[in-house]
Amino acid sequence: MKHTLQQVFRSGKFIFGFSILVAILLIVIIYPLVIPDPPLAIIAQGTFFEPGIYVNVYDSIIAPKYTLNLEGAAAKRIASRLNSDDRLAMKEWLVAVGIPEDEIDIEDTALLLELWETHFDPKTQIAGMTNARRNYYIRLNASLEGLLATEAAIIAVKNPTTGALEEKSVVAQSDFVNANKVANVRLLPLGTDNFGRDVLTELIAAARVSLQIGFVAGIIATSIGLTLGLLAGYIGGIVDDIIMFFTNLFTVIPGLVLLILISFSIGQERRGATTIAIVIGLTSWYWTTRAVRAQVISLRNRDHVNLSKLSGHSIVHIILNDILPYIASYVVMAMILQISSAILAEAGLSILGLGPRTTEVPTLGLMMNWAMIYYAHTLGKWWAYIPVLVTIALITFSMNLMNTGLDQVFNPALRD
Amino acid sequence: MLKGYRKYFFNKLGWFLVTLVFAFILNFILPRLMPGDPVAAIVARMAQGMSDATGVRAIYQQYTELFGTNKPMVEQFFIYMRNVLRGDFGYSISMYPRTVADAIKSSIGWTIALQFPAIITGWLIGNTLGALAAYLKKGFDKVLMPISIFASNFPAFGMAVILMVIFGVTLEWFPTSGGYGFDLIPRFDWRFIWSVITHYQLPFWSIVLVSIGGQAIGMRSMAIYELNADYVKYARFMGIKDRKIIGYVFRNAMLPQITGLAMALGTMAGGALVAEIVFSYPGIGYTLLNGVMGQDYPLISASTLMITIMVLIANFTIEILYGFIDPRIKAVQAD
Repeated sequence: MKHTLQQVFRSGKFIFGFSILVAILLIVIIYPLVIPDPPLAIIAQGTFFEPGIYVNVYDSIIAPKYTLNLEGAAAKRIASRLNSDDRLAMKEWLVAVGIPEDEIDIEDTALLLELWETHFDPKTQIAGMTNARRNYYIRLNASLEGLLATEAAIIAVKNPTTGALEEKSVVAQSDFVNANKVANVRLLPLGTDNFGRDVLTELIAAARVSLQIGFVAGIIATSIGLTLGLLAGYIGGIVDDIIMFFTNLFTVIPGLVLLILISFSIGQERRGATTIAIVIGLTSWYWTTRAVRAQVISLRNRDHVNLSKLSGHSIVHIILNDILPYIASYVVMAMILQISSAILAEAGLSILGLGPRTTEVPTLGLMMNWAMIYYAHTLGKWWAYIPVLVTIALITFSMNLMNTGLDQVFNPALRD
Repeated sequence: MLKGYRKYFFNKLGWFLVTLVFAFILNFILPRLMPGDPVAAIVARMAQGMSDATGVRAIYQQYTELFGTNKPMVEQFFIYMRNVLRGDFGYSISMYPRTVADAIKSSIGWTIALQFPAIITGWLIGNTLGALAAYLKKGFDKVLMPISIFASNFPAFGMAVILMVIFGVTLEWFPTSGGYGFDLIPRFDWRFIWSVITHYQLPFWSIVLVSIGGQAIGMRSMAIYELNADYVKYARFMGIKDRKIIGYVFRNAMLPQITGLAMALGTMAGGALVAEIVFSYPGIGYTLLNGVMGQDYPLISASTLMITIMVLIANFTIEILYGFIDPRIKAVQAD
């Protein structure tokens, strides 16, 4: 046993896969201890906030001010409000109203704005311009107001009795706050999803649930598969025929079809994560049965098994002591594959809208489903689905890598 | 020899029919195994938000009739079977007054035209790459293997989404959804055919890419195993040319891969259905999704039955062809 483990941990592929899996497990366990937020709490009003650091505006007004005279601050401010597309559009308008093209320099903001202010008139009819385009220019014009202003902004508070605005403080353009001194700063490393939930917290909870589903389904599938495979292989005869009949049957009938039928029949209310895990386990045992049976048949007539039979040991004793140890490595490998394919099966089922019910726990498949329903992929909201895909791929990849590593240890023909 | 093959053929045909009947029974019995009146449960789910009591009763009656729930189970089964054999799956709930048979008929062609070429292409490319990896070893193998392992574990819908985002949304090379342009009416002209071809690319390649990895890994293992077999060493000692030996080796390694394809068809079809869903391709997978979304039980049941039948037929065809390719089968059956 000790020797086998030593050998296994000398395989580079196994170690690599194992470390990824352990890292994921650690993150999944430790993160909720550090940040105990409920994973499905809706914190954002609106959909798909970009990843980033969110600083409370109200608190930053109150926070102590520091004056930093940074070169290029004004240019950055203007650039953030007037991008190159807008500049080109302004040039297009100016050319259309008859300004010679060489007089316009879109890099010179002050000059461009001056030309714009003197020539822009929302009532001008330009041939071939759509109404939508004209509205765009009107919006652009409105946003340009005060672009070059250098005065400070004034924070005013409404007097509760008179209703008049009273000056509270002045914010100069060179004022800064230290983000550490602002009371409310929230880091959203992966932004928010379509419901306004923190994607990272949700993702980690989802990975935990998906792993649980994978383990439960994998254990169920492996125990059924192992039991049936041992019976079919060792006892043989009619038992073998019956078991193989069902094994062949389920091999051919698409597993997803069975999953869909069962999940739909169970109904939304009773479809929890555990139920889904059990259903996946019950519909995926046959691969293991097949593999175990083939192994047992090749072992059945070995000398040590015959010796055990002659010594009058019971079938249970023979299976446990003379057969199981020889196929243990195969069973472990089959189980790893079962776990990873169960995680994929849950995701496939959830994409169809037949995953676990949605109010209590997220799963990786459900997160994918939500992102797809709200068109995160076509809207370019990558943070809602790419991290989910990467997590699923990392989990299944690490498990299969472990499996390949084990395969090379126990199957010398495949070694490099 | 031919007699041996006939025996093999009838054996497989018998097995095909048994599986078909069994799949049919499962399709019939699974919803009925659930506690409670299945029709009542289905109607309750369908009638969510329906205030018209007569409408609810009409649905209830239609389903009591289709499933015959007031009769004994065995009789119900025969009623259901008779209806299905006539092609009568009842009315679709979500697309009423369209019949389920009509919805299936209009989508099945898309699925067949998409999935079978894609799966076969993926299988061919995968096996070629796997064989090359086993033969060339070194650098090619070192690069191909990790990529294959990663690709074969990448979820099918993930591949579809990523292809869609890269080639559909960002580069805008191909349309992102549907089987043909939404502004076109199906007819036989260049514009329509071109539209079908461009819409075909993304779903096709996403299925191909997903199936390559697993096949490459399988073929590599088989080929390595065969390359180390005694007959190869013996042939080398005999001084037979490398090229000729390789021919034998890959022919032998191919055979289990064909059986592997037959067995994996079910799983592959599942992945391919998901690709249809992501790209809103008007095949069975998308119809199935509509069924689930619309709580449309007759549509779901008919779609799953169709998928199973298609997989079974494909599986049967492969096994029949396999009998021709593998000389051992004829030999064994002839004994």
